[in-house]
Amino acid sequence: MSELQQEPTAVQGEGRWLLGDPIADDRAPDSPVGDRWSDRKFSARLVNPANRRKMTAIIVGTGLAGGAAAATLGEAGYHVKSFCFQDSPRRAHSIAAQGGINAAKNYRNDGDSVHRLFYDTVKGGDFRSRESNVHRLAEVSLNIIDQCVAQGVPFAREYSGLLDTRSFGGTQVSRTFYARGQTGQQLLIGAYSALERQIAAGTVEMHPRTEMLDLIVADGRARGIVTRSILTGKIETHLADVVVLCTGGYGNVYYLSTNAKGSNVTAAWRAHKRGALFANPCYTQIHPTCIPVSGEYQSKLTLMSESLRNDGRVWVPKERGDNRPPNQIPEEERDYYLERQYPSFGNLVPRDIASRAAKNMCDAEQGVGPGGLGVYLDFKDAIGRLGRHAVEAKYGNLFEMYQRITGDDPYEVPMRIYPAIHYTMGGLWVDYDLRSTIPGLFVGGEANFSDHGANRLGASALMQGLADGYFVLPTTVPNYLADGPFDPIDESHPAVVEAVESTKGRIDKLLSANGNRTVDSFHRELGQLIWDQCGMARSKEGLEKALDRLPSLREEFWRDVKIVGTGDGFNQSLEKAGRVADFLELGELMCTDALHREESCGGHFRVEHQTEDGEAQRDDENFSYVAAWEYGGDQSGAKPILHKEDLEFSYVHPSQRSYK
Amino acid sequence: MRITLRVWRQKNADAKGKMEKYKLDDVDEDMSFLEMLDVLNEKLILQGEDPVSFDHDCREGICGSCAMVINGTPHGPQKNTTTCQLHMRHFKDGDTIDVEPWRARAFPVIKDLVTDRSAFDQIIQAGGYVSVNTGSAPEAHATPVDKVSADDAFDAATCIGCGACVAACPNGSSMLFTAAKVTHLGLLPQGQPERQTRAISMLAKQDELDFGGCTNVGACAEVCPKGIPLASISRLNHDVLGATLAGARAD
Repeated sequence: MSELQQEPTAVQGEGRWLLGDPIADDRAPDSPVGDRWSDRKFSARLVNPANRRKMTAIIVGTGLAGGAAAATLGEAGYHVKSFCFQDSPRRAHSIAAQGGINAAKNYRNDGDSVHRLFYDTVKGGDFRSRESNVHRLAEVSLNIIDQCVAQGVPFAREYSGLLDTRSFGGTQVSRTFYARGQTGQQLLIGAYSALERQIAAGTVEMHPRTEMLDLIVADGRARGIVTRSILTGKIETHLADVVVLCTGGYGNVYYLSTNAKGSNVTAAWRAHKRGALFANPCYTQIHPTCIPVSGEYQSKLTLMSESLRNDGRVWVPKERGDNRPPNQIPEEERDYYLERQYPSFGNLVPRDIASRAAKNMCDAEQGVGPGGLGVYLDFKDAIGRLGRHAVEAKYGNLFEMYQRITGDDPYEVPMRIYPAIHYTMGGLWVDYDLRSTIPGLFVGGEANFSDHGANRLGASALMQGLADGYFVLPTTVPNYLADGPFDPIDESHPAVVEAVESTKGRIDKLLSANGNRTVDSFHRELGQLIWDQCGMARSKEGLEKALDRLPSLREEFWRDVKIVGTGDGFNQSLEKAGRVADFLELGELMCTDALHREESCGGHFRVEHQTEDGEAQRDDENFSYVAAWEYGGDQSGAKPILHKEDLEFSYVHPSQRSYK
Repeated sequence: MRITLRVWRQKNADAKGKMEKYKLDDVDEDMSFLEMLDVLNEKLILQGEDPVSFDHDCREGICGSCAMVINGTPHGPQKNTTTCQLHMRHFKDGDTIDVEPWRARAFPVIKDLVTDRSAFDQIIQAGGYVSVNTGSAPEAHATPVDKVSADDAFDAATCIGCGACVAACPNGSSMLFTAAKVTHLGLLPQGQPERQTRAISMLAKQDELDFGGCTNVGACAEVCPKGIPLASISRLNHDVLGATLAGARAD
């Protein structure tokens, strides 16, 4: 790592962090925003087709970003090694995305354009994202739909045979393409089949059930990874010319989230500890429409797609503690609070606003269901207006899923919903080329921080994953490889030896603790702490409390965790333990970031910073920057170092976000 | 609820497995089946015993990881439901429940309830795609797709690759899985150029692996958590016949 490794100018930040030198993205061309991506593509260096197969690219993760990148780089002729911890690349968590994917096609002739998608996304992100990146995302959105249709993704269509779209939160146009409530699945199967085609063609070497446990940085470049085979426990190294992480978000730090159980931060966190900056960890998205928790044993939360807010109406009883069944509460005694508070966007306000409004209602004791932690999402009017058949055609599978989990029939009684952690906007810092601060380490998809600012709009995650995977990385990774192939390294390189030794050491340490508490019990405690103090509402006092507790929780974990079995074979508790160990460290950085950001923006709501009517109050004067954190070191009490990237808004002028 | 579980325990691929009995006294009816197993595993770990290994990930019925034969039926008693979406309210206090891995030659057991389903990926590699490189796609509206075909293609495309169809089939055949992919792509204009080679290549690959042949039993469609219709198999046979008559060859 270059400039950043210089001694930080040790300005004391509240005693919990240090202030380092500012950083900047120097990769976006200086041209007008609409020309930057074409200019960058033209200036990017190319690699002669004959040389491509001599270069190896490691891609970790096979979701939309990783799967698409591996397939595309394979098609281009590079030697690709692809890794996933699941038993098949088709199971990556992108598969669970329900609602849809945005694209500025303007097929509806409703005033959409690349510029409007760009504008909506920058505004939706509460003016905390980088204009260059977001504009590129909006441009590329057009190609994504074309690509997916050509692959045979069965998008919803109208009787004309043309593609159907629907509306999502935070926009007033209908630009969301969808495949019933299973859009993520269909897009992922598209990327997966492209990937399998390359595996068959021999350009991609697939390593399923293989977990990345460390990054190998040799002579200043990312040159490989250390992996553990989930089947045999074997620790191996894979060396390459470039490493790309598309390893998803870190929502499982909260234990209960809508993420898959296996989703984890380990790959990204290991890279962070090897020198990659981690940006905006406190920007986490809480999705307003999830099925509420039903008991202590709860292992995960299930999302009900945001698309439901197109036709469902959100309400609570006007009377506190009104526990009549919903159908017995007359119309005039219901508070359709989103329609009341935000008349122009109504039930389709962005996620952060809808979530906070639900929390406020529950805090005011107007919540419904067990513990008063829920609000109603009611389809009675939609069924009356459109007929049950039409509602079923649109949302049938979601209604079934709801009924399967809760035992209630949403055609008859309103759904009960409550916010839950769903997505993390923060992630490894990258420049316009999606390069991290470690040369040769690229980061795509949810694992990077780049496009959503402080809040992601619905149907934008699929767009970003595929934009990075199909179009951005396949341009910028070759630009890096044009300098390669790099000096060959082998297993005897000191950096490789050290990474393997430290990985083995960690596993031995976990196995030898032989304490009294299960991994899940620590994870639940961590999750509750982070949810309480760094969830929907954050305060200085609460964050400090969490920061005081976390080091001791971590210490208890390493001393008292109990893992049965050995490291050389299939051992699911050991896999979990390694991931929870990293979440324990990440949690501390999240709270530090949340504490340092003395403003409210998007998903980050500091109770000290709100307007009179309870809306988030940004502080553009002091906080219009990306907070990119450098790892402070392993020694106890080491402080993370903050590097600021100033954000410039030349096209979308920051304003108080209003959806009223 | 009090539940007695009889669970298949097998240390590794080579070990001999057997059913082990476990009792749980405090099962809540709102728990999912996997949450009930989580509770069992927490208990086993604290007793210093090896927890039951099982594949699972999204727990929303879409990733296709979870795979258990529950009381003799893949994914258990509730129709159109994966194991992770099965809730304990479908069982009674005092029930004894048998839990086993997929039983099929093509899916060898790795440990306990975990099996190796990589043969499915190999079938897809044989042709379960449209050969379109990134960047070469025409404008999405250039080829309209009639809504009926698009909807039928979608129904077939909902396959999650869990393998219940193979586990239910007395022959251990993967016909429904292969047919779902052939149907999905074969109904769309984008899938036409490779329609014939796709059908015979995927079928040939399936036969080459350890899957059995299809004798139209129909158990596959009965247990499919996504309700892939049995008629997809007719479509596969139709395409294979057409391809054979046309003299198409496997890739």
